[in-house]
Amino acid sequence: MKRHLLSAADLSRDDAELVLATADEMRSLADRPIKKLPALRGRTVVNLFFEDSTRTRISFEAAAKRLSADVINFSAKGSSLSKGESLKDTALTLEAMGADAVVVRHGASGAPHLLAHSGWVRSSVVNAGDGTHEHPTQALLDAFTMWKHLGESKPGGLEGRRIAIVGDVLHSRVARSNALLLRTLGAEVTLVAPPTLLPVGIEGWPVETSYDLDGVLPKADAVMMLRVQRERMHGGFFPTAREYSRRYGLDGKRMAMLQDHTIVMHPGPMVRGMEITADVADSDRSVIVEQVTNGVAVRMAVLYLLLGGSEPAVGGEE
Amino acid sequence: MPAHPYEESVPLSRVVLDAGDITRALTRISHEILERNKGADDLVLLGIPSRGVPLARRIAERIASVEGHDVPVGSLDITMYRDDLRLKPARALLPTEIPPGGIDGKVVVLVDDVLFSGRTIRAALDALGDIGRPTAVRLAVLVDRGHRELPIRADFVGKNLPTSLVERVKVRLLGVDDVDAVTIEGFGPQEGAR
Amino acid sequence: MSTSYLIKNAAILGGEPTDLLLQDGTIQQIAPGLAADDAVEVIDATGLVALPGLVDLHTHLREPGREDAETVDSGTQAAALGGFTAVFAMANTEPVADTAGVVEQVWRLGREAGHCDVYPIGAVTVGLQGERLAELGAMADSAARVRVFSDDGKCVHDPVLMRRALEYVKAFDGVVAQHAQEPRLTEGAQMNEGELSGRLGLAGWPAVAEEAIIARDVLLAEHVGSRLHVCHLSTAGSVEIVRWAKAKGVDVTAEACPHHLLLTDELAATYDPIYKVNPPLRSAADVEAVRAGLADGTIDIVATDHAPHPHEDKDCEWAAAAFGMLGLETALSIVQQTMVDPGLLDWAGVAERMSYAPARIGRVADHGRPIEVGAPANVVLYDPGATRTVDPSESASLSRNTPYRGMELPGRVVATFLRGKATVLDGKLA
Repeated sequence: MKRHLLSAADLSRDDAELVLATADEMRSLADRPIKKLPALRGRTVVNLFFEDSTRTRISFEAAAKRLSADVINFSAKGSSLSKGESLKDTALTLEAMGADAVVVRHGASGAPHLLAHSGWVRSSVVNAGDGTHEHPTQALLDAFTMWKHLGESKPGGLEGRRIAIVGDVLHSRVARSNALLLRTLGAEVTLVAPPTLLPVGIEGWPVETSYDLDGVLPKADAVMMLRVQRERMHGGFFPTAREYSRRYGLDGKRMAMLQDHTIVMHPGPMVRGMEITADVADSDRSVIVEQVTNGVAVRMAVLYLLLGGSEPAVGGEE
Repeated sequence: MPAHPYEESVPLSRVVLDAGDITRALTRISHEILERNKGADDLVLLGIPSRGVPLARRIAERIASVEGHDVPVGSLDITMYRDDLRLKPARALLPTEIPPGGIDGKVVVLVDDVLFSGRTIRAALDALGDIGRPTAVRLAVLVDRGHRELPIRADFVGKNLPTSLVERVKVRLLGVDDVDAVTIEGFGPQEGAR
Repeated sequence: MSTSYLIKNAAILGGEPTDLLLQDGTIQQIAPGLAADDAVEVIDATGLVALPGLVDLHTHLREPGREDAETVDSGTQAAALGGFTAVFAMANTEPVADTAGVVEQVWRLGREAGHCDVYPIGAVTVGLQGERLAELGAMADSAARVRVFSDDGKCVHDPVLMRRALEYVKAFDGVVAQHAQEPRLTEGAQMNEGELSGRLGLAGWPAVAEEAIIARDVLLAEHVGSRLHVCHLSTAGSVEIVRWAKAKGVDVTAEACPHHLLLTDELAATYDPIYKVNPPLRSAADVEAVRAGLADGTIDIVATDHAPHPHEDKDCEWAAAAFGMLGLETALSIVQQTMVDPGLLDWAGVAERMSYAPARIGRVADHGRPIEVGAPANVVLYDPGATRTVDPSESASLSRNTPYRGMELPGRVVATFLRGKATVLDGKLA
């Protein structure tokens, strides 16, 4: 039985398009006087966050509450890897409380996978970001945003669209999930980064890669800038922040190379002046705020499709 | 297993409303709505997807042709309000489109193809309650096949169709399907060797 | 209790069936049709292969310090059940085996347990800290007579320190067993670096981090004219480097672990830390190269790197889990499956890789001797025709972290004899 959403690879094309179409319906809720649907009444969704991420947690919380689910926020920051309460004990606690879904954010890659397959919990597990692995709902909301702008909100709407994902691919769970999902949806993905920030073996991914941002921008239909932490500089991944910005930052001059319809995206939080300048982030092309809005609708769609019926309509195999 | 001599039954299908019947029924319903509402003022037609939506549009067209101005028409998905939501795998949502004027203070006519147990209409009333507060809610259906499980009745009925519980009423409409027809599909005894 | 055994119809190294009489700690007779008298216990070994008692140059017995994971007693029981008559106990205990006192304690615990001989390995540097040499001479001169020195678990990465260690142990014919892992290239590393590590978001452990150290060390060993032993070699590149060094005449030996002969990094996709090990499971191409290296003698020995860990250290997120897996009780089966059954190694080859050579490297005279009249009666009887499904709960180890859970493996150790005394009979501890 399909129960979990652990990786963007769990979603078939039909699954992914069902999520997008469902999110489209969910989005219209924002215009109604009562922003609540009864679909998950009596269901319990636990937000289990081992890492701080206020925006992701709030987005899931709003999504679950708008579907009338009961929401329990469980912040276990720092309690696992530091040998406090283990992931296992936390999971057993949640199981005892009768959670129907666990939305888990964890610093260790694979932690949601472990939770889903350990037998510790019977609930659905939704990966809300694990280490440097994946962040499938972020990819879904990014795809949804592109689909609204570039795909006419139709099935197959992203077929052949060219998406550039720029920045710290090596450490980015957003890049991994986006690459997988956008491929599933038929888009052509190009990952742009300095060679030090691309993973070894990326030749095997279903994407193009480039070290040259200026060569990629004129052809892109959407440009997604990834956050680059200044700490990476100390890891020697690039010499200085200034050199990084010069080679891989999106500024007004580079924005002028884009096609008229091309949108600029960022999963947040932005490091303004590093990977993106303020004038680009605040420009008409920027859909960064819309991404946040769409996040709630997409997460509603995911929770509804996983928990709304007797069994989930999308997601990975048990 | 049935030990009945007629156990080898075959699906039977018979047309109970053809295209002409449907057109006439919708025209009659349109007039009844106008008569009951004393005109088209404050009317909002909401079709319940999927086949309630083209029916609502066709009724709206007829009302417009009589009254000379458009009537707001939209759709109301009831999926998430169903009482059997948990009994089946999660279903895809269908479109909900509320006309720009909303439904507050309006007379909403819900339009569906078949009225059966009444549970769909119960769900639709709940869904409406989350969207606004109409002055009144009326119900128009193309076919009322009986077997109500809730205290719900239609205000406007295209055709009352007594059916057996083992029969299925199938509505096909142009725009969604390739033909206008209402058929009853049931299982009857096999009539010898054919 | 009988102290003499007449083993009937055993195939020594897979040869023609014959009989062996084990008496007074030595092999007294080898000939077909030996007659039994009342004083001997007869063992029907029809269909069984007789091998010299196996010697493991790389075992973690965890005592002192982590008796929750393993003790000398439990670990040597597992060793006996795996067909071993001698194990070398790694130095990364708590306290570290970096003084004569600690190595003598481990040596004594081994003698008391009596399931197999225990030869302590001494740490190269104080506290495995890689900063200054431990008292290698004192350990060599102790009752434990340490000849193998290793900081296993950590790499002696400082080139000057490694050079000094290689030179210093020449005074007592010692050998430095290097855990080849360049620390800067493997900071935070979790699994073999390749396409999969990128996909799984687990920090990559590049092959070059192992190969660079091996390359440096063989050059150092050549320069100072010392013996070097390479622990748990795991990559195709490492095989190439050792092959090159041997061709040049460098006095280097190398070991491969059973798990690196069978398992690949694909298993990391389960995120089940049972597959987390140092060095990591590598690619299928690496596994092929390691098998080929073991077959052609580039790799001298199979060593288990038996690394017990308590359940809680494996029942957690991959990144939080401990490195290591059990190996003693499954080693011979894995070698049969990966080397013997495919025809890469015959039983004489197995005896060389798992008994003679490790004993030679560890400078142990009483183990690793061919099965001949007059030799110490260290013998294992093995049924290559049997199959078994690995059930971790049946392990003699105190830990359960075997990666072979539920796998069907060929072969079964039927009996193990240590100096003529049965430590295992009928597949059970005697």
